[in-house]
Amino acid sequence: MNRCFSKFKVFTLFAGISTVAFLTVVILPFIYGIYLTFTNWDGIHSRYEFIGFLNYLKLVKDQVFKSSFLLTLKYAFFTVIFTNLIAFFLAYLLTSGIRGQNIFRTIFFTPNLIGGIILGFIWQFIFHNALPYLGQQLRIGIFSESWLATPEKAFWALVIVTVWQYSGYMMMIYIAGLVGIPQDLIESATIDGAGKFTLLTKVILPLMVPSFTVCLFLSLQRSFMVYDLNLALTKGGPFKSTELVAMHIYNEAFLSQNYGIGQAKAFILFITVAIITLVQVYLSKKAEVEL
Amino acid sequence: MRGLSPDIKSRILNVFKFLVVLFIASLYIFPFAIVVINSFKKTGEVILNPLTLPKEFRISNYQEAAQRMRYFRSFFNTFVITLFSISAIVIFSSMTAYIFARKKWPINKIFFGIMVASMIIPFQAIMIPLVKIYGSMNMLNNMWTLIYMYLGFGTAFAVFLYHGFIKSIPFELEEAALVDGASIFQTFWRIVFPLLKPVTITLIILDALWIWNDFLLPSLILISAEKRTLQLSTFYFYGTFTSNYGLAMAALMLTIFPIIVVSLFMQKYIIAGIIKGAIK
Repeated sequence: MNRCFSKFKVFTLFAGISTVAFLTVVILPFIYGIYLTFTNWDGIHSRYEFIGFLNYLKLVKDQVFKSSFLLTLKYAFFTVIFTNLIAFFLAYLLTSGIRGQNIFRTIFFTPNLIGGIILGFIWQFIFHNALPYLGQQLRIGIFSESWLATPEKAFWALVIVTVWQYSGYMMMIYIAGLVGIPQDLIESATIDGAGKFTLLTKVILPLMVPSFTVCLFLSLQRSFMVYDLNLALTKGGPFKSTELVAMHIYNEAFLSQNYGIGQAKAFILFITVAIITLVQVYLSKKAEVEL
Repeated sequence: MRGLSPDIKSRILNVFKFLVVLFIASLYIFPFAIVVINSFKKTGEVILNPLTLPKEFRISNYQEAAQRMRYFRSFFNTFVITLFSISAIVIFSSMTAYIFARKKWPINKIFFGIMVASMIIPFQAIMIPLVKIYGSMNMLNNMWTLIYMYLGFGTAFAVFLYHGFIKSIPFELEEAALVDGASIFQTFWRIVFPLLKPVTITLIILDALWIWNDFLLPSLILISAEKRTLQLSTFYFYGTFTSNYGLAMAALMLTIFPIIVVSLFMQKYIIAGIIKGAIK
């Protein structure tokens, strides 16, 4: 009994505050949120009813949600691929001993120090004012009108800014991976007659799989949750055409006051992110073992 | 190329690589450069040509933007929120991770498992009930509620990071202290915590970038204008003054500038922090 009590005392002293904060801020709202998806709470009235799976049924028929969800998948696909390609390319160039390596690394990383809201506003100005001016002066057709005015181009604007922002972050992780490759491995492969290309595909890339695992995970997770950048750059427009799912959920809940449906959508997002990232980590780990 | 010696070949290749990187880097810097030059212009000048240097440097843009967006007030708010949140996360998470790593109690294993699993939950899946719960207790629009939430949201990752590191520290050191009659509390703070310095630095960097630049959570919690953080006041200011380009650009610069200055001094730590935090 006494032992048990002293255990309890030690636990409370060391872990008490953080476990309470963690439970009341993350776990309790998460569980309560699942309950909310079965209600028709509107955010104003304190009374609401239990309506079973009605929210989920509505959600399946919700065309706006569907298109926002598909748009997010498309966005995730392109941003993850381009971010990682460019990040790896930059990391490869910036570990080959060129002049000013460190300054270049800092430059590419800088966007990650600044909040998405600020970055979004900067690029809004670029797409809205600077590039159209340039396009009109130099007669470059593609820039002559604001990219944010047409749905297709606004989507690509969002992709470009995301890639611009995150490639520097992922580049740092790839650089750490490349620097960590033992030099004697590369030397012995070179002595055995491996050319630059063979060296890259047969030695460097297989050893970089752990870095790819991390970068793919981070870029995937972020692409599903992006909100600030979306809000500041396109505000979901024109005509809701670039409303990614995180923003769609926010608007459904806090602007349209459909908290129950909003939360049901958020829960679908959670399931999607969980499945996709777990599958990705599983596949990457498998690749690590095989190579 | 054939007649050249390998040495010259590789030099030419390096110059070529340098030029490629230089070109990409200038594309990366271009948006920042545009903001800087336009932040000193009159609005009319911006519309006329957003790509030239200003005719005269209007420092008054900065003064006016700072005043209208309550810059110093928001800066102070952001600073206090970031400082207290990070201190709380560091102090309580390191203690929690210590007890989780050193005591094999079932409750520790359960909590550690839940924390690791919870890291996959996107913020969007929590925000609606979070606002409802804390709203119903009249705890919104309060800086301390926000700090408490940052502690809650920051705990899982911080405990995870500390836990991994503590496990690699040999137990002998602590054992000696405990035998000498030090309490477990003293042992932790005098012997273990100083050893955790590298993780603490990593954590401070990652959490500072997260909390300083966070928008969504403070936008849900802080309602009144005088409580706004820098991200919030920039957002509202920009929304009101979008067409006043000179002022809007100056406001963006005011928010960017302190981060760049601090990061130049901390550069080494930031990069190391990102890499350690990512590899976990």
